Amino acid sequence: MSETKSRDNDYESSLKDSDRAVAAFKPRRRGALGTAQHFLHGSPTMVPVIVLLLSVAAFGIAAPNFFSAFNLSLIMQQVAIVGILAAAQSLVILTAGIDLSVAAVMVMISVIMGRLSVEFGIPVPVAILLGLVCGAGTGLLNGLLVTKVRLPPFITTLGTWNIFLALNYYFSNRETIRSQTLDAEAPLLKLFGERFTIGGAVLTWGVVLMVVIFVVLWFVLNRTAWGRHVYAIGDDKEAAELAGIRTDRTLVSVYMLAGGICAVAAWASIGRVGSVSPTSFFEANLESITAVVIGGISLFGGRGSIMGPMIGALIVGVFNSGLRLAGVDVLWQLFATGWLIIIAVAIDQWIRKVSS
Amino acid sequence: MSARQPVLSGRGIVKNYGRVTAIDNADFDLYPGEILAVIGDNGAGKSSLIKTLSGAVVPDEGEIRLNGEQVHFTSPIEAREAGIETVYQNLALSPALSIADNMFLGREIRKEGFAGKYLRMLDRKAMERIAREKLSDLGLMTIQNIGQTVETLSGGQRQGVAVARAAAFGSKVIILDEPTAALGVKESRKVLELIQDVRSRGMPIVLISHNMPHVFEVADRIHVHRLGKRLCVIDPKLASMNDAVALMTGAKTPEKSMMAA
Repeated sequence: MSETKSRDNDYESSLKDSDRAVAAFKPRRRGALGTAQHFLHGSPTMVPVIVLLLSVAAFGIAAPNFFSAFNLSLIMQQVAIVGILAAAQSLVILTAGIDLSVAAVMVMISVIMGRLSVEFGIPVPVAILLGLVCGAGTGLLNGLLVTKVRLPPFITTLGTWNIFLALNYYFSNRETIRSQTLDAEAPLLKLFGERFTIGGAVLTWGVVLMVVIFVVLWFVLNRTAWGRHVYAIGDDKEAAELAGIRTDRTLVSVYMLAGGICAVAAWASIGRVGSVSPTSFFEANLESITAVVIGGISLFGGRGSIMGPMIGALIVGVFNSGLRLAGVDVLWQLFATGWLIIIAVAIDQWIRKVSS
Repeated sequence: MSARQPVLSGRGIVKNYGRVTAIDNADFDLYPGEILAVIGDNGAGKSSLIKTLSGAVVPDEGEIRLNGEQVHFTSPIEAREAGIETVYQNLALSPALSIADNMFLGREIRKEGFAGKYLRMLDRKAMERIAREKLSDLGLMTIQNIGQTVETLSGGQRQGVAVARAAAFGSKVIILDEPTAALGVKESRKVLELIQDVRSRGMPIVLISHNMPHVFEVADRIHVHRLGKRLCVIDPKLASMNDAVALMTGAKTPEKSMMAA
């Protein structure tokens, strides 16, 4: 080997005199803004949490009656359904996809659950179970189109959104199942609308369900291999594949789980609305994406905490409630939501610029 | 050739992409405990050859033997399960995940008992402990925190993590694709030391590289690939870098005196 070295130009022998110490730098002064940026980079969920606390405080001062246990619990009731959909949406967005069909799936499944138990006389628990299976089935369709047919998730779910909406009208005959009918024949479907009080706070089981779903997803995403794979795929799919992750299988399971969660949301939505209506939750699709984005999950995949979207949904709820109580026109709620999205993503970009 | 049995060998491998021939009846032999460098001009087909060995490409014809037994890989996962680890040029790391998560990506350790079996909970502690062991085995513990994300590491450190991952799990063969291509002088040195360190544990290594000084420094034998097939195998102690370049570009035909034993 030394023979070779002498024969050829050797440019590395000077290396032995080079500095062997691990590079050390004086900690750079970051200033207050830099320190904040650094901290937020390390704990991405803190942005929505801070925004939520600030907005609650601000509306508490500005709007009468805002800061009461009753009103705050009402906000939670209002965001529960969109919150659950946002949980499903987050899973898909973490893989760098997007699911435009969540709300359509939810409404269609609520119709399926309702019709099966009311019109077909199927026992309600069985109807619910079938609804959950159908929900996972919609996810299977989305997942197979994305992985096997290799369609972009946006196009796939844009298509299935319309398809599920059409099926929803077909299954429902465009008819609403009224509240009284449900009370008489399938009260179990309205389970998640039932209220209970703690102190002055009035909560529904739907709120509890939303929190439980987020906690379970947090565990699954952070403490299981499957969860790490979801992040890895969103980060860099090709690298994940070369590292030995069966990416297609994981992606299909993500879409199926998202579909299943939409079906759970369907059950909860029946309780929230009180009836089964094929035309409800028309805007829930975009509201779920809004919650995810405000919650700090990157639309490019692989980054963000699952707890963010729950906070994101609550922020939208707080703004809507606060502005209403302050006597502001409804249009300003939309206006505020719009700015929230833009600011949330701008902050996200700013935080991302920090390196280590 | 000696009477030793190759760890990994290929005979008559052919791969066509439409009308383009990538591999034209190529042979390949890797012997136990050696570093075999694979060199060749751009488009000579060395990447395609390596991909057939690592399972990323399925050859049209020919046979591949691992420890004498014929194998048919249809995916990188199968090759990995058979004990062939590949460090790809893009490293196949996930930047947003931690070093430990990356080292165990795709083969995580689960907790014992209920938490692992039914909740499928990861054993973070064990994963971090093993990751730390593997990295310090290879002298890579300038990395302060095993929980830090890979995107905060330098290029050389990332390469180190990828090589450590391969060394930790590769049971039979490690394939390194251009491991020093994107690195500075000092980082390259570190990776070369790492490669020799891995070899000293008896692990055979396939090294694909364009960097002649690096190849001549660490390789035991050099496989020269030209026009889709193995032109010859030379001994770096008998041939010069100039010879190697001349061979792979076709300026020279192989001479007996340069051949590896």
